[in-house]
Amino acid sequence: MNIVSMIVAAVQQGIPLLFGATGEIVTEKSGNLNLGIPGIMYVGGISGIVGSFLYENSLHGAPINPFLGVFIPLICSLFGSSLMGLIYCFLTITLRANQNVTGLALTTFGTGLGSYLGQSLTKLAHSETPDISLIATGSLFRKSFPVFPEKIRWLGNILFSYGFLTYLAIFIALFAAYFLKRTRPGLHLRAVGENPATADAVGINVTAYKYGATIIGAAIAGLGGLHFVMEYLGGLWSSAGFGDRGWLAIAIVIFAIWRPNLAILGSILFGGLYILGVKLTGPIASIFGAGTTDIFKMMPYVVTIIVLIISSIRNRRENQPPASLGLPYFREDR
Amino acid sequence: MNETKKKVSEPLLQISKRDAMPWWKSYLVRAAAILLALLISGIITAALTKANIFVLYKTMFVNTLAVVKKNKLVFSVTKLWTILQEVAILLCVALALTPAFRMHFWNIGAEGQVLMGAFGCAAVLITLTGKVPVPVLVLLMIVASIVGGALWGVIPAIFKAFFGTNETLFTLMMNYVAAQLISFSILHFGWGASKGMNYTGVINLLGANKRVGWFPSIFGQQYLMNILIVAVLTVLLYVYLKYSKHGYEISVVGESENTARYIGVNVKKVIIRTMILSGALCGISGLVLVAGTDHSLSTGTAGGRGFTAIMVTWLAHFNPAYMALTSFLIVFVERGTKELSTAYAQISDNLADVLVGIVLFCIIGCEFFINYRVRVHLPKNRKEGKAE
Repeated sequence: MNIVSMIVAAVQQGIPLLFGATGEIVTEKSGNLNLGIPGIMYVGGISGIVGSFLYENSLHGAPINPFLGVFIPLICSLFGSSLMGLIYCFLTITLRANQNVTGLALTTFGTGLGSYLGQSLTKLAHSETPDISLIATGSLFRKSFPVFPEKIRWLGNILFSYGFLTYLAIFIALFAAYFLKRTRPGLHLRAVGENPATADAVGINVTAYKYGATIIGAAIAGLGGLHFVMEYLGGLWSSAGFGDRGWLAIAIVIFAIWRPNLAILGSILFGGLYILGVKLTGPIASIFGAGTTDIFKMMPYVVTIIVLIISSIRNRRENQPPASLGLPYFREDR
Repeated sequence: MNETKKKVSEPLLQISKRDAMPWWKSYLVRAAAILLALLISGIITAALTKANIFVLYKTMFVNTLAVVKKNKLVFSVTKLWTILQEVAILLCVALALTPAFRMHFWNIGAEGQVLMGAFGCAAVLITLTGKVPVPVLVLLMIVASIVGGALWGVIPAIFKAFFGTNETLFTLMMNYVAAQLISFSILHFGWGASKGMNYTGVINLLGANKRVGWFPSIFGQQYLMNILIVAVLTVLLYVYLKYSKHGYEISVVGESENTARYIGVNVKKVIIRTMILSGALCGISGLVLVAGTDHSLSTGTAGGRGFTAIMVTWLAHFNPAYMALTSFLIVFVERGTKELSTAYAQISDNLADVLVGIVLFCIIGCEFFINYRVRVHLPKNRKEGKAE
């Protein structure tokens, strides 16, 4: 395991987290603390799988159309996760339900739906193993740039050995950072998250911004699930595979102090910690004893807690969560 | 909805806060929501299995409480006890969260606090069985569980009290630290069922220490002890929150920290004290799970109950009776779906989570109609009417 392949692995691990974190940042900037992100990422993944499963089966052995092979899962994934975002919005914004409770219910629902559809498809595919494999679609998602000249192959590997979703993730994160900081709608969105009553008073449509940000955020987060099943696993679905990545994505939001550009670094760092834990199990275990992998897996959460504590102690205004995060807004309620 | 920019002077739907609805009416709304949820779940399940929807309901209700014996369905006491004990544990975690939520402290960390309680209990059981007298062992188990849970609860509370650290996110992260800590300890100290496993086998199953540290069976019922513990805790907590000075302070801090400060309540102290209590009660849930139910430890010991309990507590408005009902409903849907999945090949038990999700959505949504009044203004002839 050399350093180059280590970095590549860290990036691959980090990208689903980055999608989730960017989606959650956009959502939280509108004042909605969406704890349904893990469920949404599950649904994003399984919707893509369902889409490409139906498409691959409709081919009956004919060669896969590269454009449709990518487009169908992508659209299905976006649709599925947006729908989840819509459920959350309807309950919390229109029906004014509690955000934490709604989010957790959404996670229960989403993970259940993902596992259920996954299991049903496995039965449909008459697969022997308890997973679905869509290698053809997976390879489309994994298609990377042509190889670099021999001399600087290592650089090419670090920069260009990923599928398009990886670059999309980084682009979305950078664009979200620009949007939130430098554009007028971004400013309005932040105003809604900081103080919806004031935003309402100056004529910003609070409901529309909250709906928009939460649904778009959910769609972005869902792409994380799609990346995980298509590019990372290469077109496989196994129910337990996704693990607690959804919660890690929420951790990164805090780690990146609500800035999408910092989330890029955060997710690659967290991905790296995970890879280190897996790859160094042998050598470290021989020194410190068994179970050290778990300490590495614990690190992202511990680091996040430390960041949360430090930012609250330093109490600098630009590093705080949006002021109305988690609070409902009801215009007549003043 | 009410904020759509229309050129008419009155919006189509006018939403306003309601005065308190009579209790029977609010129960009717909730009952309607639950019926709606069961109907939606039934339609989905019927669509999946292509079976008659009423047959499905019947299977769900009957099979949850009965077993087939000699080609006849017989009421099963074992199944009833299993359900009651599941309800009891979910209720226990929900109770543990109540004081924190009343204080408007979002303790999302019940999962971790339960795990730490279970961890404390299992650690004592594994390391000290046979080395100390049984009464001492049991005492240590109880203490370790309570300390484990309380510790996990109090850390976020201290930072919340002194620095205003966001408790929702802090407690959420603590869940995973707890899970990894348990996985690490089991691997590191070699407690696993076999080498390299991060879950233990059944502790004290056989040999000289058979059943040492397990809760005793009462009247031959293995789970009765669990249920009794939770019943006693329910009453104690109800009295504590309703009639004690502490309970009053918790409510005031929850309503408004400034008011609390004005009337001379030490807000920091109340936050920390209440979270010690909340964590300790979660720890007791862990104790019940290890000593009373599972007799083993893994990262899945809490089994998502910490998260489900959050929804139970919130939706029940901290009312113990309603909490028990909500717990029962969730456990019933879970077990009912499991029964359906054995009867119909098209259903897997993962559908349980989907259906529980639908039930929760409906209950969450119906709160709106209890708290708000919706008036419809038809643009034509301005008829006023209520839509519920």
